[in-house]
Parts: sequence; C-alpha cells; structure tokens
Amino acid sequence: MEAIQTKRLTKRYKDTTAVDSLDLTVHEGELFSLLGINGAGKTTAIKMLSCLTRPTNGDAELLGNSIVKNAAAVKSIIGVSPQETAVAPNLSVRENLELMCGIHGFSKEKKENKTAELSEQFDLVQILDKKAGKLSGGWQRRLSIAMALISEPKVLFLDEPTLGLDVLARSDLWDNIRSLKGRITIILTTHYMEEAETLSDRTGIMKDGKLLAIGTAEELKIKAGTDKFEDAFVKIVKEASK
Amino acid sequence: MRLFAFSVRTAKEILRDPLNLAFGIGFPLVLIFLLSAIQANIPVSLFEIGRLTPGITVFGLSFMTLFAAALTAKDRESALLQRLYTTPLTAADFIFGYMMPILPIALAQCVICYITAIILGLPVTVTILYAVLLAIPVSLFFIALGLLCGSVFSVKQVGGICGALLTNLVAFLSGVWFDLDLVGGSFRKIADLLPFVHAVEMERAILNGAYAEIFPHIWWVLGYTAAVVSFAVVFFLRQMRNQ
Repeated sequence: MEAIQTKRLTKRYKDTTAVDSLDLTVHEGELFSLLGINGAGKTTAIKMLSCLTRPTNGDAELLGNSIVKNAAAVKSIIGVSPQETAVAPNLSVRENLELMCGIHGFSKEKKENKTAELSEQFDLVQILDKKAGKLSGGWQRRLSIAMALISEPKVLFLDEPTLGLDVLARSDLWDNIRSLKGRITIILTTHYMEEAETLSDRTGIMKDGKLLAIGTAEELKIKAGTDKFEDAFVKIVKEASK
Repeated sequence: MRLFAFSVRTAKEILRDPLNLAFGIGFPLVLIFLLSAIQANIPVSLFEIGRLTPGITVFGLSFMTLFAAALTAKDRESALLQRLYTTPLTAADFIFGYMMPILPIALAQCVICYITAIILGLPVTVTILYAVLLAIPVSLFFIALGLLCGSVFSVKQVGGICGALLTNLVAFLSGVWFDLDLVGGSFRKIADLLPFVHAVEMERAILNGAYAEIFPHIWWVLGYTAAVVSFAVVFFLRQMRNQ
C-alpha cells in the first residue's frame, strides 16, 4: 500500500486555483519534498492532506484512508508541524510534549516514556523546564517537530521546517529529520533547493498549483539537462511559464 | 482525557500571564478598597459594601471575556490551533476546553471579592454562597463572549474590543458606578436591554436576601447566556472550518 495517493486533488479559492488536479504517489518510508516558490500550492496541498481544509475536487488516500470520507482515521495516523511556530508559549517544553500525549489519550506511563524518548532524540533534555515562548526559533521548531511525533505517526508533514532559521539551526534540524528517514513517511515542503536535494528521496516541483516534475534529484537534473539541482529547478519552472 | 489535557493547558496559559492576574484579581480588589474608602468619608448608598460588592464581582467577570478572547485569538494566529485541528480533538473538546477552565477562575475571583468585602464589613451569611452560585451563568456569558470574539477578531482587535470597549460598556451600563436612573431616558432604556445591569441587580438581590427580586433579571441573564453560548459555538465552528 502506498503512503499517499492523490487523485486529481484540487483546491479553489474564488478565482484562484491553489492546487490544480494534483496526482501524486508517495511510497511508505519515503522522504518526499514538495519544492516551489511562494504561492506554488505546497502548503495548501499539505493542508488538504492533513484534513485542515477540504478539497474542492478530487481525493487523496493516506495508507488507504480517504481524506474526504474518513478524516478521523487520517488524523489518527498523521503528525503535522505547521509552517508557523505552533507551540503553547506559556507552557514549558515538557508540558508542551505532555499536552500532545494527553490529547492522544496516553497513559501516565506512556506519557513519561514518550516525553523522555523525544526529549532525548531532539536534544531537549536541558531545556525541558524552560517556557516554550522563551526559546529561540530553532529550538521552537525542534520542539514543534517533536510534538508532531508524539502520536507515533505513520505520515509526518513538515511545512517549511527550516524557514527563517540560521545556518547552524538549520543544519541541526536537518540532522533531526535525517534521523527519522526510513522509519516513517515524511512530506516536507520547502523553497530551499539545498534542503530538498540533501534530504529527499524524491522531490516534486510545484508552480501555480500544478505538479511540474517529479523524481530524485539526479532524475530532475537529467530531465532538465543541467548539472546543478538549482539550475534544474529554475529551468523546469521557467519552461512551465512559457 | 483529551478534553482534560486541553483544559489544563488553557488554565495554565491564563494563570501564568501576570497581566491576567493583575487585571482579573488585583483590579477588582483595588476598586473595592478604593470605593469603600470613598464611602467611609463621603457616604454614598451605592458604594455601601452590600451593594458595591455584587457590582464589582460582575464588573470583574468582564475580564474573563478578555482572557478567553485573547487566548483563542492568539492560538489562531500562532498556528497552534492548526496543529491541534490535525489531532483527534473534536469541536466539542475545543469549545469546552476553552470555556470550562475559565469558570473556576471566574468563581475564584468572585470568592476573593467576597472575602475582601467580609474583611471590610460585609456580614457573613449564606446569601454570599448563593451570590457566588448565581455568578455561574454570568461567568458563562462573559466567557462565551470571549470565545466568540476570539473566533472572529485578531489579537490586536481583541485588546481593543474586549479590553477597552467591553469593560467600559459594563462599567457604564451596569449601574455599578452610578445610579442609571440619574441619567434616565434612552441611556436607561439601552442599559435595560443589555444583560449587565440585570446581572448586577440579580446579584444584589440574592446577596441581600431579596430572593423575589432576582426576577426578571435572572431571565435576562440566562437568555443572554444561552444566546451568546450558541453564537460562540457557531462562530468557533466557522473559524475551525475556515482554518
């Protein structure tokens, strides 16, 4: 079974088509990047796949569960780290993690184990008692991803996870994301070429709501006839504009 | 379990904000002390402790609107709600999770006001307990109004509308600071059409043991509470869908 299979997934807002008949397949355990400039439709696609917004047309299945007909089942197998910081600012790091455990109905023992496990995995141990609102952007983003992993999701959505972070914070977060590879399916949106090339198994390039190309970094370079991934992206997007 | 986890978080977010504590608890207490001091020097029947305290408790409850609205609006703007909408939390969990934790905070505020009033000379009677119990629908009205405003307005707008406009409306149209009959006319008519003066009169009646006089005020309060809770649910669900 594929992790994600979309069928002509479309979202229209009045006169704008944010996502236009998206047909996409993501394999289980894959790290798939949606790459595109601002307004390409990446975030809208993720919002539909995570049941935050209903598609205007089409459907998608996540491990066989329809986002239109069975949103509750989809919600039980996904984790989402939104583009903006999504932590409770007056709660400590530990309390943020415990909040997610409580929301997913974990027992006291499981809550303690899960909090300890993710604090360790994301190097949060030394800041567990700090208020989330007082952390730097990089640490907040790290906490945000840890919160998304609490429910042991089978599919993880990371919407622009490194947006606005400095080079070191970005590198640290990439290490965290790499450590998850293969264990769960990850859908990552980004407009950083290097991020998509370095982290992804495959990348889909979007523009104006349409999926222009899909493949590994090498396949996309070959398709565009370029040596650099960035050049391949630019060429594919520019050719679509003609 | 899910609702409990979300409710605990709501309570912590509100109680850990020092401004909330200053306005929610500190300000009503300052007013009781100040107006009692004025009354001691220039006797005004309106500021006698038995009439003043119910009014101040109702005025203090108007800050619950600000707390609920500010938290809801902040959650919407920070994308925390977006994250939580992708979890198994239901719409009912969200609505109760925002409203229910503020209710004990509101009642605690009433209790603190009455304890202060007792220190300042209010006789200890069972009617204080009744007054606190009747503050429940008043609290629900203000909390639901907060959820409604937080679902519709931005954090900045909430500050102006719930922080400045509403508290002033309650202050002027509730009869806490001055006798509304002194102004009379349209002002009195408008005040009578709103729930604030009815909430104050209802609380004054019950505290002073004039049980028959809680009518018709209680119907106004219950009617407004039911209406505002309904609107709050509708508007919260609407913004949830819009997310």
